[in-house]
Amino acid sequence: MSDPKDPRAAQPFRILGPAAREAPPAPDLLEPRSEEDALREDLERNVLFTTVESMVNWTRANSIWPLGFGLACCAIEMMATLGPGFDLSRFGAEVMRPSPRQADLMIVAGRVSLKMAPVLRQLYDQMPDPKWVIAMGACASCGGIFNNYAIVQGVDKIVPVDVYIPGCPPRPESLIYGIMKLQEKILVSRVELGPASWQKRARRGHPRSGSGAA
Amino acid sequence: MIINMGPQHPATHGVLRVALELDGETIVKAKPVVGYLHTGMEKQAEYKTYTQSIPQTDRMDYLAPMSNNLAFCLAVEKLLGIEPPPRALHARVLLTELTRIASHLVWIGTHAMDIGAMTMFFYTFREREQILTMYDQVCGARMTATYFRVGGLAMDLPAGFLERAAKFLDSMPGHLATYEALLTENPIWVARTKGVALLSKQEAIALGATGPLLRGSGVKWDLRKNMPYSGYDQYDFEIPVGEHGDAFDRYLVRMEEMRQAVRICQQAIRRLEEIGPGDHRLRDYKYVLPPKEDVKTSMEALIHHFKIVAHGFFPPQGEAYVGIENPKGELGFYLVSDGSPKPWRMKVRSPSFVNLQALDTMVQGRLVADVITTIGTLDIVLGEVDR
Amino acid sequence: MSTLTPERIEERLRERFPGVEFRRQTGEAMRDHTLVLPVERLVEVCTFLRDDPELDFAMLSWIAGVDWLPREPRFEVVYGLLSMSRETRLTLKVQVGEENPRVPTVIPVWPTADWLERETWDFYGIEFTGHPDLRRILLPEDWVGWPLRKDSPLGYEEVAFTHNMPDREVPSPGLKKLKPKKVRYRAQ
Repeated sequence: MSDPKDPRAAQPFRILGPAAREAPPAPDLLEPRSEEDALREDLERNVLFTTVESMVNWTRANSIWPLGFGLACCAIEMMATLGPGFDLSRFGAEVMRPSPRQADLMIVAGRVSLKMAPVLRQLYDQMPDPKWVIAMGACASCGGIFNNYAIVQGVDKIVPVDVYIPGCPPRPESLIYGIMKLQEKILVSRVELGPASWQKRARRGHPRSGSGAA
Repeated sequence: MIINMGPQHPATHGVLRVALELDGETIVKAKPVVGYLHTGMEKQAEYKTYTQSIPQTDRMDYLAPMSNNLAFCLAVEKLLGIEPPPRALHARVLLTELTRIASHLVWIGTHAMDIGAMTMFFYTFREREQILTMYDQVCGARMTATYFRVGGLAMDLPAGFLERAAKFLDSMPGHLATYEALLTENPIWVARTKGVALLSKQEAIALGATGPLLRGSGVKWDLRKNMPYSGYDQYDFEIPVGEHGDAFDRYLVRMEEMRQAVRICQQAIRRLEEIGPGDHRLRDYKYVLPPKEDVKTSMEALIHHFKIVAHGFFPPQGEAYVGIENPKGELGFYLVSDGSPKPWRMKVRSPSFVNLQALDTMVQGRLVADVITTIGTLDIVLGEVDR
Repeated sequence: MSTLTPERIEERLRERFPGVEFRRQTGEAMRDHTLVLPVERLVEVCTFLRDDPELDFAMLSWIAGVDWLPREPRFEVVYGLLSMSRETRLTLKVQVGEENPRVPTVIPVWPTADWLERETWDFYGIEFTGHPDLRRILLPEDWVGWPLRKDSPLGYEEVAFTHNMPDREVPSPGLKKLKPKKVRYRAQ
């Protein structure tokens, strides 16, 4: 009679034949699975071990929400990038936030005139950390074809820029490539966990720790 | 209460700032503050030759770039007293009308998106991608084309362009029917645009409004029919005119204009096929670059090529103004020449700048949400307003 | 097409304003019908042009300022008029000097002149007397100077090339310092 403890009795159909009788039984059916083994298997399937830094960077890189800051012709190419032809929300930029308080990325798309420059700086200051800036197009990178009294020759005179995208206007594929480069930059950047460095400086009474811009 | 609708706003189509004086939610006064995109194009044009200024004109009304190129080239050609050959003439009409379709597509996409119908944005940008691919095929750039030159086109139309354009134009009436089915009888659309942003006939003329803003108020004025330029008198098309002067009428006018533009483009394609291959630039070597084959064989052409590229051409002393029917209104260039290759003064009569003055009249006594509708129906492009 | 000839326009103007000097500007390439008139009579002439049923210049298309620096009078304000019923354009010019650049405003005639005159003030400093709100429109409010005047600079930023900034080293990763090869002459 079949032994109730015999695991082979659990399966009703057995291939009879000389090969089956001599073949060694499958190991996982024979060895009893202990709780430890089962736990280890579960963990390997569902839990990933990594650093906080890479996790934070990964989430930041894949859900960049740009600030809708289209100024001129590059803005239309930015709109086309968000449109159906070259969908930008595949890359995590699901929505264009109109308010700087809710955005991480400022894509300066277009020429920045001297009248607009203080507004640009104010919007940059209103964005919470971490924030990045992409200078899209030739006018934002260096003044473009307009080298005169009215245009700021490069938006990096006002805000720190992470990625420059050349073109007049850059094709949507260029903008997407620029955003992917920014994602690479974010993935390798150092994450500051804990209070931000200026807060640390303020606590220690550093001479340069005044109240920063709001 | 004075509220600032700032330069950075999702619905102002660029960097327009409107200082709204409110009484509760009713508007007492709306003062637009412009200049946040001022580029100094008119000053810069005095330091560049005529051909070097053509790329600047693209960046003015960046939704209808070839239209701006056309206006500038026509103004210079009027000053010089030359006319492009027929193939260039009809190719210009074809591309300008395609530009009109592209501009109106962006208009309806963004206008509907501001009012709340987000779907329109995606549909119209899908069609626009086809037009931009055509631009790319013809001159290499998707948006800022700089394709027209003084005396004709920069390069000849490539092979396969007319077939692609014909295929796109065949599909266009179907798309337009889709847009109208989505919007024209939509109760929300009608409620948001009927009776909103009213501009009467007298006000429109007094405020210098042109384009669909003027035609929506019932004035039968279109420069393509009344003062034809660039061969438009050889084409058969109608001009839609509205009745009440509200946003709904202007919407109907622009949709019908797109249909008529398709009609003109189809006629232009037929004409280009009839004319067959030919000169794409005028053979007047004093002002226009000679074709490369001539430059390599004839001494005279070589010398003219050298002079035009090294200094620019020397127009006669004088002044000229040409106004064309841009999708937004009357776009004009006033050029003053002192005989040197660089213009003494280039003044741009931009339709959006003049039309934007009507904002105050159109939103007096209305609610804040109507400001968004009004800015959308004015169809302004800040690059043109601020130059 | 245009049903109004330039001669007819001038005839009507001379009939109505017999004492005023209307000079038609002619030249090698003056492609538009241009009339120069004295500054003081500008508003009257414009009102007549707008209200006369035969001429009917109901729309003001554009206003431009032009600076003819070495020439006196220095500034010109050019008005482009449009008659829709007659399908005609007309260009009017007034000339003002540098010491007193004042032109009466035509806002009472065509309200569209509001922003157009502000733009001319912004660029050239030509004052339009009677304008309700004359201030800068395209440039920042605190800008000093009149940018489109011929003696104002373009304001461009010098781009660094070796020919204009030779002593400025722009480091380039692939740049190798080439040393001149020492040539030794063999003693014959």
